[in-house]
Amino acid sequence: MLYREAGDFKTTYKADSQTFPIAFDRWRYWAVLAVAWLVIPFVINDYWANAILVPFLIYAIAAIGLNILTGYCGQVSLGTGGFMAVGAYACYKLMTSFPDVSMLVHIMLAGGITALVGAAFGLPSLRIKGFYLAVATLAAQFFLVWLFNKVSWFYNYSASGQINAPERFVFGHAVTGANTTPAAQYLICLLFVTGCALLARNLTRGTVGRSWMAIRDMDIAAEIIGVDPLKAKLTAFAVSSFFIGISGALFFAVYLGAVEVGEAFGINKSFLVLFMCIIGGLGSLFGSFAGAAFLVLLPVALKVLGVDVLGWPTQIVSHLQLVVVGALIMFFLIKEPHGLAQMWRHIKEKLRLWPFPY
Amino acid sequence: MSADFLYGIEVVINGLMAGVMYALVALGFVLIFKASGIFNYAQGVMALFAALTLVGVMEGQVPFSHLINAVFGTEIHHFGWTVPAFAAILVTLGVMIFFAWAVHTFVFRHLVGQEPIILFMATIGLAYFLEGVGDLMWGSDIKTLAVGLPQGGSLFVEDLTAGLGGDDFYGFFIDKLDMVATLVAIVLVAALIGFAQYTKQGRAMRAVADDHQAALSVGISLNYIWVLVWSLAGLVALVAGVMWGAKSGVQFSLSLIALKALPVLMLGGFTSIPGAIVGGLIIGVGEKLFEYMIGPMIGGATENWFAYVLALIFLVFRPQGLFGEKIIERV
Repeated sequence: MLYREAGDFKTTYKADSQTFPIAFDRWRYWAVLAVAWLVIPFVINDYWANAILVPFLIYAIAAIGLNILTGYCGQVSLGTGGFMAVGAYACYKLMTSFPDVSMLVHIMLAGGITALVGAAFGLPSLRIKGFYLAVATLAAQFFLVWLFNKVSWFYNYSASGQINAPERFVFGHAVTGANTTPAAQYLICLLFVTGCALLARNLTRGTVGRSWMAIRDMDIAAEIIGVDPLKAKLTAFAVSSFFIGISGALFFAVYLGAVEVGEAFGINKSFLVLFMCIIGGLGSLFGSFAGAAFLVLLPVALKVLGVDVLGWPTQIVSHLQLVVVGALIMFFLIKEPHGLAQMWRHIKEKLRLWPFPY
Repeated sequence: MSADFLYGIEVVINGLMAGVMYALVALGFVLIFKASGIFNYAQGVMALFAALTLVGVMEGQVPFSHLINAVFGTEIHHFGWTVPAFAAILVTLGVMIFFAWAVHTFVFRHLVGQEPIILFMATIGLAYFLEGVGDLMWGSDIKTLAVGLPQGGSLFVEDLTAGLGGDDFYGFFIDKLDMVATLVAIVLVAALIGFAQYTKQGRAMRAVADDHQAALSVGISLNYIWVLVWSLAGLVALVAGVMWGAKSGVQFSLSLIALKALPVLMLGGFTSIPGAIVGGLIIGVGEKLFEYMIGPMIGGATENWFAYVLALIFLVFRPQGLFGEKIIERV
């Protein structure tokens, strides 16, 4: 009844090509933004920020990044953890070298540096395809983690080999360090999520995004109709790494505060973000959010159910979590290869006809 | 001959032995990939699972005992018997065959005809699932695998070669287990090749690998062959699991050798059994030599990434690997 094109007349070209052509989608979009910006910061507490909302937002950025590369451009990458580490270490070096520059600038620059690194590791994608490339990106994962472990310049020669985020302020509020309020943590992540999602949405709607999708669907055919594979693949790697770098910087500086590279940005992180994209839906921005939310909530839900309600040992619950995640991945690939986003699309199709489906 | 040079040779020999271990895992990949086009990321976890099951059966552990205890509040851990290694291996093989059937029936039969990358991601899911099941069944603590394989360096080889160098050379240090592993690998490969060449099932398997539809049209059951192939991969996983488990204990890191097998495969080509072996040897020797010669200059622990970077550089020049079939793309 509410969700339909009928009655929503477009009188300008601008209105005709807007992001959300259906009025209900526009209201929903503004409502979500309003709740996220105007309500949650005032009611958020420490548990919600640290257990759910902040990791959700950070992983959403990473999932958007990987989705651009894998979902839109069709290049499977298992190097996400390594690129997040680049973002984190770049942010750390910038924070400690230029303490007076705003944190926002540092995070953006960290994303930029990661984009360069990502583009460099994307070069082999011009020769290598499919899962050969997936395995080749493992080289990035392992090499980068090793590099940050061994070269002590990256962690300012600290004895523990860890990096610790010093306290930094944005508009007079601490966003990193021990005195950060949950609301500040949440808001800085939300700021970047909003920016990244807007950017990604508009990139994928435009020329660049279309050339990515052409490469994904069939690269040789795309080349014949005039898409430059070099440009398309490298921009996909660069843009994707830019987002992943930002999420890595936030993950280190805002969320964890102290990071040991092998633990925080290991191969499991790469798989986690990949799973978010698969479960959420490849080639869908909504899917990135849905997948991130799902995989952040699932362990929390399992822990609440298993440990707090049933009283099982945490170890068993964590093993059970592996089983559940693995089974879900297989289930989704069999039943709904396009993920939660596809389910949402089905719901929207049904809503169009509701309540008179004839 | 100078001692340094001889130590270099020792590194090469040990690299070859390590390469055999990689090749053992890579073999399982090639088997499944040839027959069904599935790139089985879970091969390493299968090896871990097989080794865990073997230890569990030998020690008479009750499967899922931790879970059962948590749910019902009981205190059971062991049946109270121990099983001899040989019988336990048979039981484990049975479990792996059941696993092969289950994987095929519940997962991959529903994914026939999907893109390779979807299948690959499904096997990543399978790897997580199997790892969780393995931990739930047998517990996640590090176990020692005692199936009576020899351990430690071989004194015989050490004494024999001690005279080659000067005073500061004490002979080659070669792990006995590695030598056994090499022998087992040779026997296994010979058996697999024999199976593929001279038995009815083996020929059917090769037919399926060549062309699914043609094989189907001459009356070969694809389902049967796929279960068979997964079972064979389970057997290879069991052998690899026993060898690796005896070498470094049965623990989670065992499944990470699967990752190491990926560059081995990329070097050798995904579709070639000789490729898996040669690739394994190259990676084994390469990473040991690199660590020995260049590692100390740049901080060591290069074994973590050397194989991947080598494969990456190699692939840029020859995308199908050493022995792989030429990749032909059509629009």
